[in-house]
Amino acid sequence: MVHSSDNGPGGCAHRAVRGVSRRSLLRGAAAGAGAVAVPALLTACGDGPGDGVTLGSNASDAVPKRAYADAFAAYEKKSKKDVKVNTVNHENFQENINRYLQGTPDDVFTWFAGYRMQYFARKGLLADISDLWRGFDGFSEAVRKQSTGEDGKQYFVPYYYYPWAVFHRKSVFRTRGYEIPENFDQYRALARRMQKDGLTPFALGDKEGWPAMGTFDYLDMRANGYDFHIALMRGEKSWTSPQVRQVFDLWRGLLPYHQKGANGRTWQEAAQSLQQKKTGMAVLGLPHPGQQFTAENRADLDFFPFPEIDPAFGKEAVEAPVDGFLMAKKARNRAAAEDLLKYLATPQAELIYLKSDPNNVAVNSRAGTGSYDALQKKAARLVSGARQISQFMDRDTRPDFASTVLIQAIQQFIGDPDDIDGLVNGIERQKKQIFAAD
Amino acid sequence: MNRTTGGRPVTPPKTVAPRPARRRGPRRHTRRDLAVLCVLLGLPVLLDLALVWGPTLASVALSFTTWDGVGDIRWAGLGNYADLFADYPRFWPAVRNNLLWLAALGLLATPFGLLLAVLIDRGVRFSRFYQSTLYMPVVLSLAVVGFIAQLILSRDQGALNALLGRQDNPVDWLGDPDLNIWMVLLAACWRHTGYVMILYLAGLKSVDPELKEAAAIDGANERQAFFRVVLPALRPVNVIVGVITVIEALRAFDIVYAVNKGRNGLELLSVLVTDNIIGEASRIGFGSAIAVVLLLVSLGFIITYLVQELRGEQRR
Repeated sequence: MVHSSDNGPGGCAHRAVRGVSRRSLLRGAAAGAGAVAVPALLTACGDGPGDGVTLGSNASDAVPKRAYADAFAAYEKKSKKDVKVNTVNHENFQENINRYLQGTPDDVFTWFAGYRMQYFARKGLLADISDLWRGFDGFSEAVRKQSTGEDGKQYFVPYYYYPWAVFHRKSVFRTRGYEIPENFDQYRALARRMQKDGLTPFALGDKEGWPAMGTFDYLDMRANGYDFHIALMRGEKSWTSPQVRQVFDLWRGLLPYHQKGANGRTWQEAAQSLQQKKTGMAVLGLPHPGQQFTAENRADLDFFPFPEIDPAFGKEAVEAPVDGFLMAKKARNRAAAEDLLKYLATPQAELIYLKSDPNNVAVNSRAGTGSYDALQKKAARLVSGARQISQFMDRDTRPDFASTVLIQAIQQFIGDPDDIDGLVNGIERQKKQIFAAD
Repeated sequence: MNRTTGGRPVTPPKTVAPRPARRRGPRRHTRRDLAVLCVLLGLPVLLDLALVWGPTLASVALSFTTWDGVGDIRWAGLGNYADLFADYPRFWPAVRNNLLWLAALGLLATPFGLLLAVLIDRGVRFSRFYQSTLYMPVVLSLAVVGFIAQLILSRDQGALNALLGRQDNPVDWLGDPDLNIWMVLLAACWRHTGYVMILYLAGLKSVDPELKEAAAIDGANERQAFFRVVLPALRPVNVIVGVITVIEALRAFDIVYAVNKGRNGLELLSVLVTDNIIGEASRIGFGSAIAVVLLLVSLGFIITYLVQELRGEQRR
């Protein structure tokens, strides 16, 4: 390195320099201490007696954020208690959930139903709310099951859900004379016809890694049934089994009808292509095309359930992720948290939310459907008629398995659909390690 | 000035090195001196132990466990490493990409930055303008460079496909795993070139023009003068650039994370570490094993560098 050799024994200059640096060092230290102290102060604020409940929210997008704010405001007005909401970026909230729950979590926080909730219940990070559940009304048995941990206790207050289906534009189907396909052969035939008409049959964007999971789930549930799918997600069935190979085979047959380059496209871009009539269909959840369609176009948006593959299973399973609330084991203000949860389980609370976010449907069956638009009514009918409800691939299996193995595997499949053997062998080997870790 | 610090002296020293004259006699330390020394040295050492060595050793220890961040810590022996090398499909692509990164920055961006520095140093027209333009990207965080790259390279809505007139049959610059690593490297090199250029420019300014004149008088042509005289005189800068290049290659993370979270062809060791540790359900043991691999690779470079530096120090 460059040594400055021409520095005389200038003690005085040296001392001056040192003085400055020490002062700035002190200033830096003070700033650093401030940065450390600020979060402590913030949490200290929430500790005060008589303070309301704190709520950690992952609803960082504008629409759900406002909708939640409406619901909490209604609660504050009714109960005269404060709800202090800490909204965190959606992805960050999920990524940090582990540390969040072990640190100083908010009393109540937003989360998802199913295995992804049970996983944290098993780790002892969630508060048991079975007592509250005894007072709940209007939740179906299927929803109750999704809110129950492996120990048979309830942990989750369901709030809204959104079904996955095959979305399309009514006008495109009407002007071209397309019919809603009932089974897989008709589905493929429709795709072929669209391609002949110069339309890309299926929109697909899987840059985020999760949107294509819905297609896998439906193919698996239609071809192998709900029970097999759930067993597969829980690590009880082998990914190298002929059933799973069949799913990828069916999918490979459909891929030529999908938009090319799906791994470089976001789901928003895929939904937009549907909106712009460049693509004919898309397997997505209700909020996804819902958010990309303008208000005047929304009436033109429609969906049909994923078609039947094996008549033995029909179309009885529906993928409908449920979002809701959990109470942290470390909740400080338990009574207030329970009071808020009780309120959030009511149909009124759900409807207030849905007023500003019409891309979901209330879970509570006693919530009136009067304010729903046609699409919401259809979504509610679809789910209420379902024999089984799945959550979603990354909510039905271990979070570490979904995020470190399945996302990559499906992207790899979309990029190179011909190496199914290598794909399923790779997944199975990693599955064994991850499920053995506990 | 300090002609003797630039490695081996190029011209025979006219005077004896003034080193012995500079050394002061043995000095007594007063108690106050000792106290100051203890505080000034002790505090950094303590901080270093607590903030650097502690976590490092903890990672090494955790890499032999299957800890998930919540439950008990259970030993797994070398299991994580066996899984990593044999069964983790993303590991070897990540290693390969890290090496590619090193090669691209070291063999393309660095020489190119040097070339630009030399050109600008020779005073081409508008050199100030070029200098600031080329340095501009260095001001941007690599994450921002990643966002810019997406605007340009996105398949359906990107500027590049529109410019190429390929909207009907667009190239999937960032989604195709055979292509995207090169695109990202291009963006990374774009930034690194400016960085290297500015370092070399500073170095070139400090090269004594007498050296070049002497070389010219001795009959060296431009190329010889540059490679035999100027470049060796730049040794301190060369070392810095080398270190920075290695560090940039090993710590590369932000741009691929911004583009597609480091998946689908953009895997890097740093991404795998974060993916496994900072997830919803942390595989801290497994992620630590990847971190240890990254640590060993970095140590290889650090030790090589230190050994060379110390040897150079002795020779001087």
